Amino acid sequence: MTFTPETEQKLQAIWSRYPAGRKRSAVIPMLMYAQDETGQVTQEMIAEVAKRCEVTPLQVEEVVGYYSMLNKQKMGKHHVQVCTNIACLLMGGEELWHHTTKRLGIGHKQVTADGLISLEEVECAGACSWAPCVVDGYEYHHHMTIEKLDQLLDSIENKVQ
Amino acid sequence: MFNEPHPDEVRIITKRFGLPNSASIDTYLAHEGYVAFMKAAEMTPEAIIEELKVSSLRGRGGAGFPTGLKWSFIPRDNPKPKYVVVNADESEPGTCKDRLLIENDPHQLIEGCLIAARTIGCKLGYIYIRGEYRYLIDIMDKALAEAYAHGYLGKNIKGTGIDFDLYTHSGAGAYECGEESALLESLEGKRGVPRIRPPFPAVSGLYASPTVLNNVETFCSVPAILRMGGQAYADLGTPKNGGTRMLCVSGHVNRPGVYEIPLGFSMQKMIYDVCGGIRGGKKLKAVIPGGSSSPVLKADECDFPMDYDNYARMKTMAGSGGMMVMDEDTDIVKVALRTMRFYAHESCGWCIPCREGTTWLRKILTRMDEGTGRRADIDLIHELAKNMLGRTFCPLGDAAAMPTIGFVEKFREEFEARLRETVVPVTSPDQLIAIG
Amino acid sequence: MSTSTAAPPTVVNFTVDGRQLSAPPGTLLIDACKRAGIEIPAFCYYEGYSLQAACRMCLVEVEKMPKLQTACTLPVMEGMIVRSETEQIHKARKGTLEFLLTNHPLDCPVCDKGGECELQDMVFRYGAGESRFTEIKNHEPERQWSPVVFYDPARCILCYRCVRACNEGMGVGALGVTNRGVVSEIAPNMVDHLDCDECGACIDICPVGALTSNTYRYKTRPWEMQHVGTVCTHCSNGCKTTLGVRNDEIVRGNNRDRSGINGEFLCVKGRYGFDVSTNEERVTSPMIRINGKLEAVSWSKALGFVAEKFRSVSTAGGSFGVVAGPHLTNEELFYLQKFTRAGLKTSNLDHARSGDLVTLLDALSGKTDALATSDDCYNTKAALVIGSDLSQQHPFLAFQLRADVRHHKANIYTVTPGPVREAKYSAQSIEVPVGGEFDALRNLTETLKGEQELVILFGDSIKGQRVRDLVEWASGLGIPVKYVCLVDYSNSRGAMDMGVMPNLLPGYEVDPHPGMSLGQMLSHETLDVLWVVGANPLRGKTLASKQAFVVTQTMFLEETSERADVVFPSASAYEKNGTVTNVTGQVQRLKAAVRTMGAKTDLEICGLLAKELGLAVEIGVWSHDVVFKEIHKSVRGYNVPLPILITGGAAATNPVNGRVAVDVRIEDIQSAGDTLFTSGELGRYSKLLTSVPEFPGALYKR
Repeated sequence: MTFTPETEQKLQAIWSRYPAGRKRSAVIPMLMYAQDETGQVTQEMIAEVAKRCEVTPLQVEEVVGYYSMLNKQKMGKHHVQVCTNIACLLMGGEELWHHTTKRLGIGHKQVTADGLISLEEVECAGACSWAPCVVDGYEYHHHMTIEKLDQLLDSIENKVQ
Repeated sequence: MFNEPHPDEVRIITKRFGLPNSASIDTYLAHEGYVAFMKAAEMTPEAIIEELKVSSLRGRGGAGFPTGLKWSFIPRDNPKPKYVVVNADESEPGTCKDRLLIENDPHQLIEGCLIAARTIGCKLGYIYIRGEYRYLIDIMDKALAEAYAHGYLGKNIKGTGIDFDLYTHSGAGAYECGEESALLESLEGKRGVPRIRPPFPAVSGLYASPTVLNNVETFCSVPAILRMGGQAYADLGTPKNGGTRMLCVSGHVNRPGVYEIPLGFSMQKMIYDVCGGIRGGKKLKAVIPGGSSSPVLKADECDFPMDYDNYARMKTMAGSGGMMVMDEDTDIVKVALRTMRFYAHESCGWCIPCREGTTWLRKILTRMDEGTGRRADIDLIHELAKNMLGRTFCPLGDAAAMPTIGFVEKFREEFEARLRETVVPVTSPDQLIAIG
Repeated sequence: MSTSTAAPPTVVNFTVDGRQLSAPPGTLLIDACKRAGIEIPAFCYYEGYSLQAACRMCLVEVEKMPKLQTACTLPVMEGMIVRSETEQIHKARKGTLEFLLTNHPLDCPVCDKGGECELQDMVFRYGAGESRFTEIKNHEPERQWSPVVFYDPARCILCYRCVRACNEGMGVGALGVTNRGVVSEIAPNMVDHLDCDECGACIDICPVGALTSNTYRYKTRPWEMQHVGTVCTHCSNGCKTTLGVRNDEIVRGNNRDRSGINGEFLCVKGRYGFDVSTNEERVTSPMIRINGKLEAVSWSKALGFVAEKFRSVSTAGGSFGVVAGPHLTNEELFYLQKFTRAGLKTSNLDHARSGDLVTLLDALSGKTDALATSDDCYNTKAALVIGSDLSQQHPFLAFQLRADVRHHKANIYTVTPGPVREAKYSAQSIEVPVGGEFDALRNLTETLKGEQELVILFGDSIKGQRVRDLVEWASGLGIPVKYVCLVDYSNSRGAMDMGVMPNLLPGYEVDPHPGMSLGQMLSHETLDVLWVVGANPLRGKTLASKQAFVVTQTMFLEETSERADVVFPSASAYEKNGTVTNVTGQVQRLKAAVRTMGAKTDLEICGLLAKELGLAVEIGVWSHDVVFKEIHKSVRGYNVPLPILITGGAAATNPVNGRVAVDVRIEDIQSAGDTLFTSGELGRYSKLLTSVPEFPGALYKR
């Protein structure tokens, strides 16, 4: 499996951080960066990471099933994550979640028909003092309101057109 | 993003926050950066550990284990390589402090690691950062590159003869990896399932080798301790509860934020002075004092000096410093449900009581929240939580059980108010399926 | 343990439920209790495999420890005071069972495991029969992972026994765990199916009905079966197997009672290879070739026909050749050799030889205790495998070595012509072409001198002079060395011991009138009679003699029977009583589990022929226990303690210790190179063995 030169460079940098014979350590970070490129973890990717990290594909598969940020189904170009954990719940996180599902017409871990946006109700994202929070990909948006969320979604949709 | 500082704060580890380019090595060096490490290089490991013991620094990740003692457990005559691992898998609901420490002052963390490495004779370390904090990984990577460029990492650091390499490591979304042995499993590329202990990481940690593993804030406190001296640091707090810690206040207060306060600071003062009181002039109902795992406190229990011993006296815990404040309108059943949904989602599934218990409780609480609870459910929730308590493989089961027991015991009337006359036994299957 | 030189173990004293107990330091509390007859319940704990502490059933109270402790991870400590059955503990166990049953389907009435389910037993014991769970259960549909393995995630209690049995026990690692939390489940290595040994160890070890076997599922309830303890005869390792028999049909093979040398180990053949006996191609009637076609005839007609022919050839001074199969029992082999030598007055007698034990015995002449048993393979501090893909050809011995590495940190060395599984956990693995073994051995010499002891297992590439060279090289190591001469079949060893060889009588006594070897018989242009008992020598070979009258005793019409003039239907190993001797020289009892219409045991067929020829008095009664008595009395090395045999145990035979100076004819020694999924001439008649996806080692991939 081949990656873009940027991703490849990143993967090799990650791989080189671990002592010889301990390359299995690179499995999770490598999957994270490889997934960023493809939007999902594929069987081909599992096989590739397994080969590079000197483990069996099953050992990679076990990891993919475990971690909630590793997705086997294809996510949208923008993966919008709404936190509804306690601190956000207290500050209106659930309302944001319901608003988003209604506006996009998709639910948890679903993708819009055009593949642009996927949605996930996530656990505490670590923005409690600036709640509620929405994360677009890896980008945090704090003190979210329905208006600000609409602006965010508008900008995502407009960027494409 | 960082809130305005408050005059009651004692800013030891956040003192560089707000400086221009606070994350850069130049700023760091201009403000006592790496001074503590150079000092440590001259000290014996025993002396460093002694200084930490005098400081009475306790782990800031949640368990509050004395740091000096933890470091002293490393068998230094063990021929295996030794490792330093930073737990930056900040995931305890209510907690958002490590994020700030990395974002605003990454070199302070690097220096803390360097001192640990010098103490235990370690040449390699990893900073395990939760996958969601990708931007922090980038900040940290940049800081590490700067440190290498300035000779504070790599071979023969600043002529001390000390070699140390430090790298970031991305997690991929798992609360359980905040538990130290699960984190090590994850760092080894496996499922984040905790290990059987003993042996503890100090003896058999990363790659079955002696490992110092601490929270970001703990490592960040070390340089200050060496600079100012253990006793001076200890004197900031109360006896046996030395120094300062970061408190992440969220919820219904006027000025939520992360504040560095000395241990033993009054909770009342924290809520009403530092955080400006309850939003909209409402009344305080309850506080979850130390992250979602800590049992809730009712309004009338929220006046005590916040140090480890007093949290324990209140039958709750300081935890990770995630203080969630709830006003009189808060729906406790909803909070209890959301808490249990979290634990059911994050349970690694390894042991039976946690795996099945959290899910069962989630299902009951879901019904309760939807108004199809039965009177018997209230006692059932309480009893099931007790059946998990102390019987699970790792602390996650306790972390799920303790707050649940607290909610039911302290706010029973709210659960009872949710009961309706007509009882519908079960809800639709769709609504019972957990997120994830 | 063979040569332990450790200081005498000190003892730890502790108290459980008021009883004073003691155990060696390091003993886990759960084991120490078990030895004292105190059962501590557990799902995940499994002796011999890594610790999990996952099921939380073994929680006990330990004084001075605030929380309940898992007995499966707690080593006994001096002065420790333990309570294993208190109200608090009962409540905890009951609570855990109640949790476990929330998502368990409770389909016990149709579940294969019903009646022998550990979860059922546990619920019965702790009374968690009443559930307060009124929510909807999580459910996932059942999956088929291979022709034999089915997985039902809903029933799975996640004890991870299967994962460990596959990874640690078998060295395969085809099972893992995927997903997280309550939706966690066991995952196969090929996403939706398995590519593995298909040994079924995962099914066997499953405490509930989550993993089920295609040959058994929904066929019977456990209490409707009879259990017959016998020996698997698909390879030379001689694993004890307990066959579950229902209505004269074998429906299951396992060894849950761990009664034999193999504990509960079985490979795919031992667990599923029994279907050869019900193959519809089985010969069920004697047949005589009439007008070029084999026609079914009565037993008396066929026996009379053969006797008549034998008599006339004998009278005319013609030549006989007798070939026996290495699957036959010792009694059959002994009887046949006696028939041949005393009745037919010839030593033209042989079997398909697959290892040069004869030269090994000769080379070891005078040395005592130099032949390793299967126990030695588990206890030795070091082992050297030469020229064998052990995991494929000798799965039980490979299992022993793996366990030795896990439990005793043994060092394994391999010298093979291709990659082998042992390389994964070996101290050193060397690949050399056949013939280059000694170069590799010389490279290992210095390393091996540093070992305390060594077991050498060698295959058919070491024969003749090379066996002597090996023994000489090993003597130079200066450490105690034991040997296993690897042979192919369930009674290859017995065939040699019983003198089914042209130049050796039973007990390795040199035959004063040696006969023709198998190769010589086949190329003898005027051979008059070829009598083949349970073998197929004409597979890929031709019989030079056009005039030869060929008689076979067989289960199937294979190549030799296609050339035969008379065919007798013989019973399979599942259908007869007797004894067999495994690769490490342990003799065990074979017990008939089922009967097949039409077939007779080879012993009976030989006996009936003897009777027909009027030789019955001379050769003796053809009853297996009578013949065994004679073997026990007369064959050197077989004077074994009878109680061991009678109770289904394995008795070590003591082979000859003296010169066996004969020409072994190394050209006739050749391993068939069976894999896990082949079984000499029989494997192809097992539908199951031919259906499972192959996972052969590269060495013997053909």
